[in-house]
Amino acid sequence: MLHTVNKSSFERNSLQSCLNTIDDTSVILLIEDGVISAANNANSSMLSDLATQGRVYALQGDVDARGISSKVADNIKLVDYAGFVDLVVEHGTAVSWV
Amino acid sequence: MADILGAEVDEEGFLVNLKDWTEEIAVVMAKGDDIDLSEEHWDVINFLRSYFEEYQIAPAVRVLTKAIGKQFGKEKGNSKYLYSLFPYGPGKQGCRFAGLPKPTGCI
Amino acid sequence: MATKKFMYLNRKASYGTAYAIESLEVVLIAAAFDQDVSLAFIDDGVYQIVEGQNTDGIGMKNFSKTFHALGDYDINKLYVSAESLVERGLTADDLMSLVYEDEDDDWAEKPSVKIVSNAELTKIMSDQDVCLSF
Repeated sequence: MLHTVNKSSFERNSLQSCLNTIDDTSVILLIEDGVISAANNANSSMLSDLATQGRVYALQGDVDARGISSKVADNIKLVDYAGFVDLVVEHGTAVSWV
Repeated sequence: MADILGAEVDEEGFLVNLKDWTEEIAVVMAKGDDIDLSEEHWDVINFLRSYFEEYQIAPAVRVLTKAIGKQFGKEKGNSKYLYSLFPYGPGKQGCRFAGLPKPTGCI
Repeated sequence: MATKKFMYLNRKASYGTAYAIESLEVVLIAAAFDQDVSLAFIDDGVYQIVEGQNTDGIGMKNFSKTFHALGDYDINKLYVSAESLVERGLTADDLMSLVYEDEDDDWAEKPSVKIVSNAELTKIMSDQDVCLSF
């Protein structure tokens, strides 16, 4: 499965809820304000394990728009819209955490 | 804004305020559609009103059909019977006479 | 038409935003298409099916009553996150008693609500064709 998260983990619990129910083969794509969780910050530990396993992506355009491209945590992969589409195709059912 | 016996109705003839409904309003609405309300009509109208009171929605036709059959006898639990009473649809026309909003999912 | 498994994911309480009532309306409309439908209640979504809601004081429709109609629409799989209940100091007894009549068992009345762990919910979710979030 592909899980998309579009809210900042500082404002909403969407990322935490996603992590509560994600299985071992699913990946997370951070979009819109969700990319705030891709930056190195006080909430980085939430995603560090999954990122190490190469299962966390962030949408480049949303990262750039927020001026945080230099702060993206290690092991989080940046994708463009075409990459977004590839993830949907590869991982089947998509769940959005809004 | 149009009204029936002083009660405001929308452009499709549904009551704007559910609380405005009276039996007289239902009779006038039916007359406008060339229908004289019979006991069988009232059975359905009263059923729709009590269903709405209980569940806060108008039932889908499938649900209505099943429930009418259960309550008033198998021979009435089919859409042919209900359409014979309400030619414009038991959901749409029946709910309008019953003073309910247009059923969810009804086009 | 092939049957697909649809899950509606409800994560918000009923009256502060329109998510909950919108979800319920979509569920009722989609029920006409004879698909395999289930509902999940997690986070504040569990408040949607708490017993004893009274909206008289806020001038909004008490659509918690509508959940009792879901059985008539053949929607009888309502999964509730056990962890979300515990976090909010709620138990199964605080939830509405929602039931359906089982066609295959002489119309016996059976509970529609099932409390599951997040781990069980993970499995149920990964079994779906479509997950819709509200």
